[in-house]
Amino acid sequence: MGEQDGQQMTGAEIILTALADQGVAHVFGYPGGAVLPIYDEIFQQEHVRHILVRHEQGATHAAEGYARSTGKAGVVLVTSGPGATNAVTGLTDALMDSIPMVCITGQVPTHLIGNDAFQECDTVGITRPCTKHNYLVKDVNDLARIMHEAFYVATSGRPGPVVVDVPKDVQFATGTYVGPQNIVHKTYKPTVAGTPERIAQAVELLATAKRPIIYSGGGVINSGPQASKLLRELVAMTGYPITSTLMGLGAFPASGKEWVGMLGMHGTYEANMAMHDCDVMLCVGARFDDRITGRTDAFSPDSKKIHIDIDPSSINKIIPVDVPIVGDCANVLGDIIAGLKARGQEQNWDALQGWWRQIGRWRRVECLKYKANSDVIMPQYAIERLYELTKDRETYITTEVGQHQMWAAQFYRFEEPNKWMTSGGLGTMGYGLPAAAGVQVAHPDALVIDIAGDASVLMTIQEMSTAVQHKLPIKIFILNNQYMGMVRQWQQLLHGNRLSESYTEALPDFVKLAEAYGCVGMQCSKPQDLDGAIQAMIDCDQPVIFDCRVANLANCFPMIPSGKAHNEMLLGEEVSDEEVGSAVDEAGKVLV
Amino acid sequence: MNTQTDIQHGSAYFLDDTRAPEVVHTLCVVVDNEPGVLARVIGLFSGRGYNIESLTVSETQHESHISRITIQTRGTSAVLEQIKAQLERLVPVHSVADLTVSGNAIERELALIKVTGKGEQRVEALRLADAFRARVVDATNDNFVFELTGKTRKVDQFISLMQPLGLKEVVRTGIAAISRGPEAMMI
Repeated sequence: MGEQDGQQMTGAEIILTALADQGVAHVFGYPGGAVLPIYDEIFQQEHVRHILVRHEQGATHAAEGYARSTGKAGVVLVTSGPGATNAVTGLTDALMDSIPMVCITGQVPTHLIGNDAFQECDTVGITRPCTKHNYLVKDVNDLARIMHEAFYVATSGRPGPVVVDVPKDVQFATGTYVGPQNIVHKTYKPTVAGTPERIAQAVELLATAKRPIIYSGGGVINSGPQASKLLRELVAMTGYPITSTLMGLGAFPASGKEWVGMLGMHGTYEANMAMHDCDVMLCVGARFDDRITGRTDAFSPDSKKIHIDIDPSSINKIIPVDVPIVGDCANVLGDIIAGLKARGQEQNWDALQGWWRQIGRWRRVECLKYKANSDVIMPQYAIERLYELTKDRETYITTEVGQHQMWAAQFYRFEEPNKWMTSGGLGTMGYGLPAAAGVQVAHPDALVIDIAGDASVLMTIQEMSTAVQHKLPIKIFILNNQYMGMVRQWQQLLHGNRLSESYTEALPDFVKLAEAYGCVGMQCSKPQDLDGAIQAMIDCDQPVIFDCRVANLANCFPMIPSGKAHNEMLLGEEVSDEEVGSAVDEAGKVLV
Repeated sequence: MNTQTDIQHGSAYFLDDTRAPEVVHTLCVVVDNEPGVLARVIGLFSGRGYNIESLTVSETQHESHISRITIQTRGTSAVLEQIKAQLERLVPVHSVADLTVSGNAIERELALIKVTGKGEQRVEALRLADAFRARVVDATNDNFVFELTGKTRKVDQFISLMQPLGLKEVVRTGIAAISRGPEAMMI
């Protein structure tokens, strides 16, 4: 690094040199008129491998999968106008889920900006609210600095997407390259260490808790492997129950005895009840999203709340907390563990035993139980079998959005961080397939499975062509119920079972579709054939589309209906049609 | 200035929430004067449903490319805390100060007011202008343009007094504010 510092080169060369200096090995992109000089440079070098996608949205989700599974920034390269607008969904998704991403967009030449030129759009204007930061580079001598700054902003603090918009004349112009070592940002300096007084308060609350719960989130994963390690250490040390958001799955192993399952709208009964009845809550790297809290005025009413977050604006945004700690999860968890050790254990073991007995009673509700069926594949059963047959391998799971996503979160058991990629905040149907491709690029020898729904997968199905071209043997495991299942479930709950437009009448033949793309198609509709079929999918060294025909009308439980509190869950087994129909009151109906 | 009005909170989950009182605060935002920085700040307000009552912006330190934005905003204390945190999160923002919290800041705005009239009306307008220490910056036989600097309330009051005396046009800068005492928001 740094050997090219001070050298004269073109803007396009500066971009590629900066990518190499940032350690970027892969770029997901799609060429076009306004990025041709950069593509010409890509053609003439070997540091960076370009993965050609079929649609720019696919590039952004692939970069997200890549980033989420490696902890590094995902890099996207797209052209001006439609290239940039097609990237907007993935940028927004990355912003909502705090995924580090650098997206380079071509722009029309500087002198044409504002003239409604061919393939011009106001990229920085359009992406301003859906990026952590963005830049329009008007002078080639600013380009190297901005490129390095973009990586710094994307990956530090609360990670997020950064757009660098580069007009075509700037790509051609010659300027001076500077290396990443000289970059100091003027204003952007995230806080990583928690203040000692607050940490002392947190230690005191945790040490004296009678009914504690640890609620962890995606911030633990973003912080890096050390944060997950420390989280496990904290739980082992205290014996406190732990739950996690959708984004945080894997930070603590699902096999751990303190694990009470995911919380929130489709979380477990025990996790939500424990959140509601706890006396001390430690929130680590999560943000009290509405899918987690249910109705906020009934959220965990009797607890003292500690909130660790690297983003000060997440604190007190939705739920007022007693001990806010701004800082990086690993840093703060390390300090809390040291504080607890220094204080010495004088925990109220009787109270803790009583709390665990209570949690045991909630566990015995068996909220994830479903009616087994020997004729049709239950979607929950499909995920359970998929887990059993893949758990001993290095397996990465991505998902689309809907019922299948929630079943995957409930029934696939994650033991390690960075193995689970899903669109949490934005809820982007079509995320999982390209994300799987991105994961496979980063981990060529791993088993990468997109647990998909039949509706979601069609939104970005064209990326199967990407997978085939780049020999990415991703497995698309479709829980095919011919419905937009979650839409239908909500129509049953909220709209008198009037299933408006939630049935897909003309689904493609997924097996033939796979063959058309030049990969392998499989189908299974009988429970007794499922294990063999899944094994065949795993053993296949090509990309596979697996059409798993599941019970069409299964619904996803347990569920906190919108506008209800944690202790007002609907459980799956005993819920009657009447209860389903009246679960959501008038005020709840306007919620999403 | 404190008023209580119905507001729609950011999340629909607050539908039944009790309505906390809203207050008006003046925020000072020191930013890098780079292209788009104002759009970033006001986009944050519109995107998250915050109010802007007054907005004033200009470069204040030319050599170091620093601009200062004075925003008067209205919200509950929780919303105001959130606005400050969200502003601080923007990459080109150096610092944010809540001048209402730090207390007793000096707030001024400038207005140019065009009044037309003849005879007694004209004399009365001039007399009131004198009482408010407004300067005459343009005059013809049947019009005046007054320049008035002061607190918002004073400007409001002068404008309403001019209403029956031939008020034609008003332009106001919005509030510029600075704290009292030796402490300063320089970079």
